[in-house]
Amino acid sequence: MSETLSVIVEREMPFPPEKIWRALTQPHLIAEWLMKNDFEPVVGRRFNLRGEWGGVLDCEVRAVEPHKTLSYTWNFAHDDAAYNLQSVVTFTLTPTGAGTRLRMEQTGFRPNQKQAYGGAKAGWPQFFERLEHVLARTD
Amino acid sequence: MPKAHDALFRTLADPTRRAIFERLCREGEQTVGALTARAGVSQPAVSKHLGVLRKAGLVRDRHEGRQTHYRAQIGALAPLIDWTSQMADFWRSRFDNLEDLLKRMDQ
Repeated sequence: MSETLSVIVEREMPFPPEKIWRALTQPHLIAEWLMKNDFEPVVGRRFNLRGEWGGVLDCEVRAVEPHKTLSYTWNFAHDDAAYNLQSVVTFTLTPTGAGTRLRMEQTGFRPNQKQAYGGAKAGWPQFFERLEHVLARTD
Repeated sequence: MPKAHDALFRTLADPTRRAIFERLCREGEQTVGALTARAGVSQPAVSKHLGVLRKAGLVRDRHEGRQTHYRAQIGALAPLIDWTSQMADFWRSRFDNLEDLLKRMDQ
């Protein structure tokens, strides 16, 4: 995992986990907030997410824990390596007094960077950690 | 773009070079002499590293009298972190959609 980068978006929503879970796992609801899809909440299920821009994401369900955790791969293959992405998206639902804290973590890398990442394994994680601090300060 | 990524990764894969770049990020503009004092390598070696960093667009030089000052160009790293910032924007807007949907949904 040390060779990858991740994105975390968290938000507290005034709705129970069960309701949010439905929006995360029922295809017609997923289509309304995320993308058109042929999702099924079954580990190992392969599906596609189709963006309005015509892009198609290749996905496979990794983990399903009703009302708690949902995880799937989020891979995008493109002729131009700069757009390739291999990643895993994990949603975590935690009940709070007023509703649910929804956390989305996406972890992955651009495949064209894989070799470079591997070759410089030792230095990169610390480097990126510090880089984030630097960038946060200069914003 | 992929070529630009490769160049950046190759440039920063060298630990001495990366340390020089990090110091310029943290401490701001410095002369070759000041960088050499703490780099643990000779001045010609530091100059050579700075040349490679400059070619990759990671540092910029400025001449003042007989001194050359170097400073980091943090913006050059944008291609490396791009997908994460793009995805963060993407997910924030999708979370907005999700909240709208949840308001419309029956219990």
